[in-house]
Amino acid sequence: MIVNPISNGIVLDHITAGNAMKIYNYLKLDELDCQVAIIKNCPSSKMGKKDILKINEIIDLNFDILGYLDPGITVNFIEDGKIINRLHLELPAQVKDIIKCKNPRCITSIEQELPHIFRLTDKDNSVYRCIYCDSKAK
Amino acid sequence: MRSLIDINDLTKEEIDELINKAEDIIANPEKYSQKCKGKKLATLFFEPSTRTRLSFEAAMYELGGNVLGFSESASSSSAKGESVADTAVTVSCYADIIAMRHPKEGAPLVASMKASIPVINAGDGGHNHPTQTLTDLLTIKREKGSLDNFCIGFCGDLKFGRTVHSLINALTRYKNIKIYLISPSELVIPEYIKDEVLDRYNIEYHETTDLESVMPELDILYMTRVQRERFFNEADYIRLKDSYVLTPNKLTSAKKDLAIMHPLPRVNEISTAIDDDPRACYFKQVLNGKYIRMALILKLLEVE
Repeated sequence: MIVNPISNGIVLDHITAGNAMKIYNYLKLDELDCQVAIIKNCPSSKMGKKDILKINEIIDLNFDILGYLDPGITVNFIEDGKIINRLHLELPAQVKDIIKCKNPRCITSIEQELPHIFRLTDKDNSVYRCIYCDSKAK
Repeated sequence: MRSLIDINDLTKEEIDELINKAEDIIANPEKYSQKCKGKKLATLFFEPSTRTRLSFEAAMYELGGNVLGFSESASSSSAKGESVADTAVTVSCYADIIAMRHPKEGAPLVASMKASIPVINAGDGGHNHPTQTLTDLLTIKREKGSLDNFCIGFCGDLKFGRTVHSLINALTRYKNIKIYLISPSELVIPEYIKDEVLDRYNIEYHETTDLESVMPELDILYMTRVQRERFFNEADYIRLKDSYVLTPNKLTSAKKDLAIMHPLPRVNEISTAIDDDPRACYFKQVLNGKYIRMALILKLLEVE
């Protein structure tokens, strides 16, 4: 199967196999007018198999969402067919409005305007806790 | 500008500095009697409290300052639907420092993010109560002479008991502390306190349901109340409320210099027959609470 290289845009590589559609939806890539390729289950020497997303345009990406959803992702920025920048993502220290706090005792349960903010409290086990009530993200 | 929302907002050095300041206030109260002249403390209590609110108010009066505020949400604009953030911004226009109690966890943090004056968390639901922890630390220091080298038993509701969680957190900074966690199986300490606090900091701890078996080992016994307001189900509260009641009989095997602490209010978990026992420290704890809050107000207002 051949998907043409892109000359200007972003390639999200090393996506855990099966995660591409989730990331596509979270990043709202369906709202873009440009070409987007979702490549699933590519052979990978490191990962066995992986997913790849190719976006044929440089867009603003929310690295916090990406890092939270799949911290192993590599983001390649392509210009004139060449990689001009490469980022290796990791779990963000804090995420805003990605996870919702479900604790009925939390202030966010009665004040709808408040942003739902979670902080990484245990990197080894990927544990995020609500900054208001310390509830663990589920 | 600093606020105090969680005991972990303070370093060990800052806690020690507050304890030293409180002890200096106890020794020389006249030296501090006008330190906050012209300053105002706003006590915003969205939930009932006797000790904490009066303690904050007494602390500010003894520093020569003034107090304004409310003691239940019904008499504030929150009854009209005002947000915590808006209340904090509004009160910042009238006062120099806020002490806030709120039934929802995280409300004082929200206030501190918007207020232009320091905010002290005076209790947010079952979550944090840092000034109670400072009170407990000052009491331990005054009763035992040090915050290192002792065996403490926490007894009662260890699941919802925020004072217990917060004190355990603070004790991780001190040396050679041994902890007994004594509770019915339904009210054991949450897993995350074990994983992220006790295990992480290598604190020696043991869980048991039997208070009397560990009594001889304890230097401090920290009793707690089974809190009706933390239960969604009244039947569970009724079933568990009398799990541990401390009576003179149970103290026969206890050390002569045991310190019995309780954050109060108590219901029936410490028999009134123990009040006259010299080992009972819970009313001294109340008094210590005023002094440590005086020290904290001075620190947050940056008054030398």
